[in-house]
Amino acid sequence: MASIRKIDHIIQFFMKFYRIQRYKTSPHTPLCLPLNECKVALITTAGFYLPEQVPFDSNDCSYREIPNSIQTEVLSAGHKSEAYDKRGIEKDVNLAFPLDRFKELEIEGKIGSLNHRHFSFMGSITKPKSLIKRTAPEVAQMLKSDGVDVAFLTPV
Amino acid sequence: MCNQSVGLIQRAVEEAGISTVSITLVESITKRVKPPRALLVPYRLGHPLGEPNNPTLQHAIIAETLELLQDEGTPPILKSSNRKGEFDGQN
Repeated sequence: MASIRKIDHIIQFFMKFYRIQRYKTSPHTPLCLPLNECKVALITTAGFYLPEQVPFDSNDCSYREIPNSIQTEVLSAGHKSEAYDKRGIEKDVNLAFPLDRFKELEIEGKIGSLNHRHFSFMGSITKPKSLIKRTAPEVAQMLKSDGVDVAFLTPV
Repeated sequence: MCNQSVGLIQRAVEEAGISTVSITLVESITKRVKPPRALLVPYRLGHPLGEPNNPTLQHAIIAETLELLQDEGTPPILKSSNRKGEFDGQN
């Protein structure tokens, strides 16, 4: 297991290697509904994909649509970065894509409903231009047209 | 880094008129990318929801993250989790 100190060094390396985007402000859409009336979608950057889908490549800004109806066990992790410990998500997809947990929240009535689809991206993208200009706004528009109120995002 | 990708996607989704919230493992990146709402958790890369096959812990982290949606402050809202971390027997 990588120690915290070792991970700090890995992060420092990536911070130097990658040109991290820098913004001055955040966009803001206040939540106008109680959570138990909201339609929720999940987005992960763990690079999960279904057996019938094309695996992700390195520096891949594309996305995979993950139907809400799937069993999480069928997902494969496509994230190729060596910077993180993969053993966790190989045991439990929910560690970076908590679909089973959100299905439990839906049954308990803590969220209104889950969207019929969720989205998976790759992480470790060193050239995010296409992500910023094309694929992220594309997914955002799809979720908007689905009537999603809340998106819950997880890295890996 | 994954945490940058999450922030960039989150910005796009929020700009489309959807409220968003995320988990981050790397404070320095999230401070630069400024997603609207993020919870900084004390876990190692690869473990944003803490521990595999630990639904109790995963639910606690999700609940803490979703609470940020109720924060009436102006984004960016970056909160450090109340969890102690993976090496001190949380739950």
